[in-house]
Order: sequence, then structure tokens, then C-alpha cells
Amino acid sequence: MGIIKKKDVLYVASLARIKLADGQIEGFTGQLDSILDYIKQLDEVDTESVQPTSHVLPMVNVFRKDDVKPSLPQEKVLENAPGKEGYFFKVPKVIDGAEK
Amino acid sequence: MKDPKKPYTLTAHQISNLIREKKISISALLDSLLKRIDDVDKRVKGFVSVDKKSLKERAKDLESEPKSVGKLYGIPVTIKDNICVEGEPTTCGSKILAGFRPPYNATVVERLRGEGALLLGKANMDEFAFGSSCETSCYGPTHNPWDLDRIPGGSSGGSAATVAADETICALGSDTGGSIRQPAALCGVVGFKPTYGRVSRYGLIAFASSLDQIGPLTKDVRDSALLLNVIAGFDPKDSTSAEIDVPDYTTFLSKDLKGLRIGIPKEYFVKGVDKEVNEAVWKSIKKMKNLGATYEEISLPHTKYAVATYYIVAPAEASSNLERFDGVQYGYRSPEKDKTDSTPPLLRMYNSTRRDGFGAEAKRRIILGTYSLSSGYYDAYYLKAQKVRTRIKEDFDRVFKDYDCIVTPTSPTPAFKLGERLDDPLNMYLSDIFTISANLAGIPAISIPCGFTSKGLPIGLQIIGKPFEEATLLRAAYAYEQSTEWHLMKPEIKRG
Repeated sequence: MGIIKKKDVLYVASLARIKLADGQIEGFTGQLDSILDYIKQLDEVDTESVQPTSHVLPMVNVFRKDDVKPSLPQEKVLENAPGKEGYFFKVPKVIDGAEK
Repeated sequence: MKDPKKPYTLTAHQISNLIREKKISISALLDSLLKRIDDVDKRVKGFVSVDKKSLKERAKDLESEPKSVGKLYGIPVTIKDNICVEGEPTTCGSKILAGFRPPYNATVVERLRGEGALLLGKANMDEFAFGSSCETSCYGPTHNPWDLDRIPGGSSGGSAATVAADETICALGSDTGGSIRQPAALCGVVGFKPTYGRVSRYGLIAFASSLDQIGPLTKDVRDSALLLNVIAGFDPKDSTSAEIDVPDYTTFLSKDLKGLRIGIPKEYFVKGVDKEVNEAVWKSIKKMKNLGATYEEISLPHTKYAVATYYIVAPAEASSNLERFDGVQYGYRSPEKDKTDSTPPLLRMYNSTRRDGFGAEAKRRIILGTYSLSSGYYDAYYLKAQKVRTRIKEDFDRVFKDYDCIVTPTSPTPAFKLGERLDDPLNMYLSDIFTISANLAGIPAISIPCGFTSKGLPIGLQIIGKPFEEATLLRAAYAYEQSTEWHLMKPEIKRG
């Protein structure tokens, strides 16, 4: 135990763009720690000279003909957007960091 | 059995016959199901959306074009809420996809509709399929029709429960670590996870892309074959779907098992497996022997590492797949305007949208996955798990040189009580201990009913097979099923 600490959880959550609620951090740290402790048993397995499996099918590259096919109309793609303007997704201001 | 007064109790193949013989209309069938849903879904809570009006229109449309009779003409199918249906709510049981209506159909949806199926509604699920109990859904849990105080299993809990409670004729689910088979076992129905690549994943909202597979949940094995006939096959829109011919699976359904060589892995019959589950599975194995099969004990030595491997690989892929839910293109966006927070506005929007939009288990998995992929930990966790995954796959490759299939319990225990494991994620993860390996190895596996506990809870038998040999599994499952009556039992839909 003690594999992952509160500050690690906060750091990883920030990488994942999740702001954790204060009440949740302590509990998560304990739960993730016991999960990682359980996962440690993988160290017992001899994986010297074993190829990693990222995918079970014997395929490497999948090519298709470079044909133009119909794509979704812009209106339809934007239909679900929580913020939009014209043909664009609208997000909070990115430049300067200042708000209106 | 074939009581047209209660058509909702029937199977797809029985209904197809009744429709063909004009003994029932699609509208009458639909009405009986909608009535049934009204009667029992208040207790089961298997559906998250049912659009009665458009269903009635669709039923009329189907009746008016009898020339285009398809393989599933008039058959109602429940769709798990992570499979895209154009214009209809598709939320993965998550607040972060609130209000999302996909602009296109999943390939399986196109195929079902193309064969005349009636998509009955969307089924509840663990949020983003993260769970084994259907309790992490933002809509609240689905209840097990055999005992309403218990979980239906997960993550395809809504699909399994609606089939078990006769609220639908059949359903589609998705299986990343057991999410079709475990709820099928706990609800007493048939659940089939095909080979990775057998069924197109286009339009299935991704959880772990190297493990996810869509499959049927049905009242019997023949229906499973019928649905697989329709959904299986190559799809140019899914680059991981396999270009391998799809046989007519119904032609493999025979009543004897002569020549079938079964392996019984000793690692699946260990301490921790419920005594009644163990007994029911052994009885089934002996029954399969009486039907002509032979069995021998085998070893899959890396079984004990499957859960640990999975909980690195699956959350890693999930953390990457779920990056897209950030309040920009679809779904929920947090309105938060906290002026004391000095984070730049866009970042603040991401952070609070994902804080408020994802439930606890989704956050746990995203953080776990991000951790194992982050600099300094990648080799120790992710790469190591991918190598152990190879070892697990090699175990199966070796066994399948001498055996046609492997028989095990689907779940080590029957359905547990609601809330029992919710605060203990590791214990929850261990409920998938017997189903995860098939996903890691990419091979097909089916769960069929094989008995009941003394408390009246269903027990599931798992049959695991070689890649793309779904037909062998269906043959074995059908012969066993037809020699028993487990699949004909119906729940009373009350508390235990």
C-alpha cells in the first residue's frame, strides 16, 4: 500500500481534466491504492521476451480506396453542441485568459 | 408455451412463425409488450427510453410493406444505451451525454432495421459500461426480475433484465469484460459475446476499443443464432471488423454433442466460487457428456492475472476514449462561472464539465487509466499488462489445439444485493473474474441458464470457444439447453 498518494491523484486528475470535489479525493486515493496494490501481482509473471498484445486480430494496416463518400452535413454535426455560432463550436475564451 | 394471448412471453423464432401464419399482427404484439412494460418496468427499471408513438407508427409501416419481409420482420429488440440510434436519446447512462441524439445509426442498428426489426427502446446500463451491477447509471439501478432487491448484473443489466422480465423479445448489449454474459447469467437468459471483430463496432460508443464487442441477449439459443446471423459480418466503417464469411448459425443447432471435446479449466473451480454455482455447473458438464461430449481437466495458468491485466488495459483505453466528452461537441457543459478560480476559462469549463458530468466510477477509471499511461508508469503498468495479456491468450491457443471449447461458471456467485459492492470497487471488479479472459484473448463466449440456487436465483454456464467458431458454441449451448428446462422458467418479478 502507499503506491499512490493524494497529490498523485490530484495531479493525474488534472491531466485528465477532472476537477475532483474535495470530499472525493481521500476516498479515491484509498480505492485506487488498493486497486494498484492488487495489480502489483502482475510482477510475478515472467514476461521476458514476450511481445505485448495491443490487439488480438492479425492485422497491421487497414487500407481502403481513397473514394469520396458523403459525410454528415454541418448542421447535423452541430445539432448536439452545447454552444455554437454559425458553423462553429463555441467555447469559452481561449486567448488572454480574460473573461468578458 | 405458444400462447398468443401473452405474446410478450414468446421468443423471436416463435413470433416469426406466428407472424408468418398471420396468427398475430405486429401492432398487437407491440401493444402486448408496451402493456407489459407499463406493468413491470416500474419495478425492474430496465428501460431508459421507450418512444411509444414512433413505435406504433413503425409497426404500422412494417405491416403495410409485407413484401419486404426480413429475417427479423416485426421482432422487437431492446438496444443498450451505448449503441447509437439516429435521432433518439443515446446517453451511455451518463449525465455527460444528457440530451445527445446521434446524427447517425450504428451499423448493427442499420442491419436490424434492414431485416424488419422493431427497435423497442434503450436499455439501462452502468455509466459508459463501467460496472458489473448496473448501479452506476445516472438513471439509478435496474433491478433483477428474479429478486428486485438484487442487481441484474452489468453493464448490460437493462438489456438482460428486460429480456428476463418479458418486457422485450430480445436485446443487444456490449461486452468488454463480461458485460453481456454476467448479466445474462444473473438474470437467467442467454448472452453471447462473439469473437472480437465478428460484429461491427461502428456506432457503439467506445469503452475499451481492443476489447469491446456487441452481441445478443435472448430467451433461448436459437434466438441468439438468429440475431447473430443479422449483426455479424464485415463492415468497411469498422477497420477492426473481420473479413470472414458468416455462416447461417441456425444450421448448427443440433441435439447431440458427439465428438465435442470439452476442456474444464481447474482455475475456474476454486475456493470463492459459490457452492450451488459449482454444483450446477458440474451437473451441466455431466449432462453434456451424456449428450455425447467428452471432457477433461485442463489448465489456463494465467487465469489469476486476468482481472489485474484488464484493470490496466481497459481503463487506459477508456481514459483515452472518454477524452472526447469535454462539453464542446455534444452533451453536457457545466455552466460554472467561479470567479475565484484563476484557471483559464476553457480549461475551467473542461474541468467542471467532467467533474459534474461523470459519475464516481467513470472518474476512478479515467484517473486509473491516465495514471497507468502517464510518463514514468507506462512500462511498469500498461506495457507489463499488455505482455501478460499475451500470456493469457497463449494459454487459450495451447488448449484449443486439443479441445473444441471450454466450460466454466459465468460468474462465481449468483446476483448480489443492490449496494453491496458499490463502495468496494475491487470486490466489484472480481465479479468478472471468469468472463474477462475471453475479452483479453478476443475469443467468443456464451452464457446460458444452467440452474437455480435454493433462493431461486439463476446460475449461468459459460462456454468459451475458438476465434470465429461461434457455430461450435451455439451447437454446444443449444444441445445442452434443449435437454433442460432452465430457459423456460419465468420470474415472478417480486422481492426475494
